[in-house]
Amino acid sequence: MAKVTMTVNGRQVSGHCDDRTLLVQFIRENLGLTGTHVGCDTSQCGACVIHMDGKSVKSCSILAAQAAGSTITTIEGLAADGELHPVQAAFKANHGLQCGFCTPGMVMTAVDMIRRHQGQLDEATVRAELEGNICRCTGYHNIVKAILAAAAEMSGARVAAE
Amino acid sequence: MYETQYHRASSVQDAVSRMEAAGEGKYVSGGMTLIPTMKQRLAAPSDLIDLRHIAEMQGISVNGRSVRIGAATTHDEVASAAALKAVCPAICHLAGHIGDPHVRHMGTIGGSIANNDPAADYPAAVLALGATIVTNRREIAADDFFTGLFETALEDSEIITAITFDAPAKAAYQKFANPASRYAMAGVFVAKRDNGEVRVAVTGAGANGVFRQMDMEAALAANWSPDALATVSVDATDLLSDLHADAAYRANLVKVMAKRAVAAA
Ligand SMILES: Cc1cc2nc3c(=O)[nH]c(=O)nc-3n(C[C@H](O)[C@H](O)[C@H](O)COP(=O)(O)OP(=O)(O)OC[C@H]3O[C@@H](n4cnc5c(N)ncnc54)[C@H](O)[C@@H]3O)c2cc1C
Ligand code: FES
Ligand code: FES
Repeated sequence: MAKVTMTVNGRQVSGHCDDRTLLVQFIRENLGLTGTHVGCDTSQCGACVIHMDGKSVKSCSILAAQAAGSTITTIEGLAADGELHPVQAAFKANHGLQCGFCTPGMVMTAVDMIRRHQGQLDEATVRAELEGNICRCTGYHNIVKAILAAAAEMSGARVAAE
Repeated sequence: MYETQYHRASSVQDAVSRMEAAGEGKYVSGGMTLIPTMKQRLAAPSDLIDLRHIAEMQGISVNGRSVRIGAATTHDEVASAAALKAVCPAICHLAGHIGDPHVRHMGTIGGSIANNDPAADYPAAVLALGATIVTNRREIAADDFFTGLFETALEDSEIITAITFDAPAKAAYQKFANPASRYAMAGVFVAKRDNGEVRVAVTGAGANGVFRQMDMEAALAANWSPDALATVSVDATDLLSDLHADAAYRANLVKVMAKRAVAAA
């Protein structure tokens, strides 16, 4: 048992866990943040994607101990003041989810993707960037549509702000 | 996953001391191979010594045409390094096609080289670029480093600290990715030096891991063009056969990927 401390969704948190505890278990079981999902045992599905120090990572393939001291954002940390994040709003508007199981990972992936490409995305790029995320309901068409809509809106908002 | 004890090393020396004190320890860098392997209980190190926070193993430096990539540099950092792209875009392209974005944010060049998966991408680059693997003890030429499937010249507790090479005149990497895993079913890295020397390295296809294709090297040294490869026959004897592709199919893929790489260089 070791004490692990990190910043999650803007709050400093600590918990005791075995060194072998996965970051996703720490987030779900120690912190009770169950928005981050586990969809596979093979590091392939991306349901567990969160941001660690500003970058998308698979929390099922990292130990909580490896993440100690880092800054984490989970799906629960995206909405500000009760307003959906533009990516969440775009998933809702474009029917980007069916059962919703892959959605937290898809949304966190989309936020990271839009940031890295500064909103300049096309369909082929979005599809290539979704390599590490699987939707068992196979709703990719609307997921891609939602991400493109969010990217357009977010870069439009940036231009307007400049 | 079996129990393990986690250590965060602050320097290369600290990592080595902790490894020497451990029972059955293993280094962990990005963990994108090791943690999934531990989850499957295919590895059970008593101690995990984390190299990810060691400052001296980070970052990319480009001096003229001489390149140094710290072993703990992530695939994403290599893919997006502007200074590196200016002298050797082929290695950036390769790094940008490993796995998926999330894997590229964690996985490192040192971990990939140390692991020497027969389908991994980096070993092909390191071998074709004639790179040097720098460890805490010595410098190892790429030709002497990869010794077999998942086997390298690394000794117990030895740490890769950096990869160095001189940027080639021309180079490119093309892989035929397994549609499910994205690992190479055949990947070919071609590199041509200013003095005309050519090296061709093949990953994903060899039954003993990454290897140099000398017949292609000779043909391309005489004539640097995809057509020069038309008459080269790839021997399927030492190639992998598995449910994804048999050896004859891989032999053909090697040739197609080599032609595409030369055309792209
Ligand atoms: C979903 C998925 C898809 C992937 N797709 C690809 C792909 O298409 N192509 C590809 O090439 N790879 C792929 N990978 C593997 C990925 O590139 C790994 O990041 C890489 O193979 C290992 O790097 P790492 O830093 O994560 O190493 P780790 O997992 O931390 O370590 C791997 C091994 O190397 C040892 N080690 C690590 N660093 C050092 C060092 N500096 N000195 C000595 N020993 C060291 C460790 O002890 C361990 O035995 C994929 C992985 C996943 C999970
Ligand atoms: S649960 Fe992490 S990739 Fe599937
Ligand atoms: S919406 Fe059901 S798995 Fe993607």
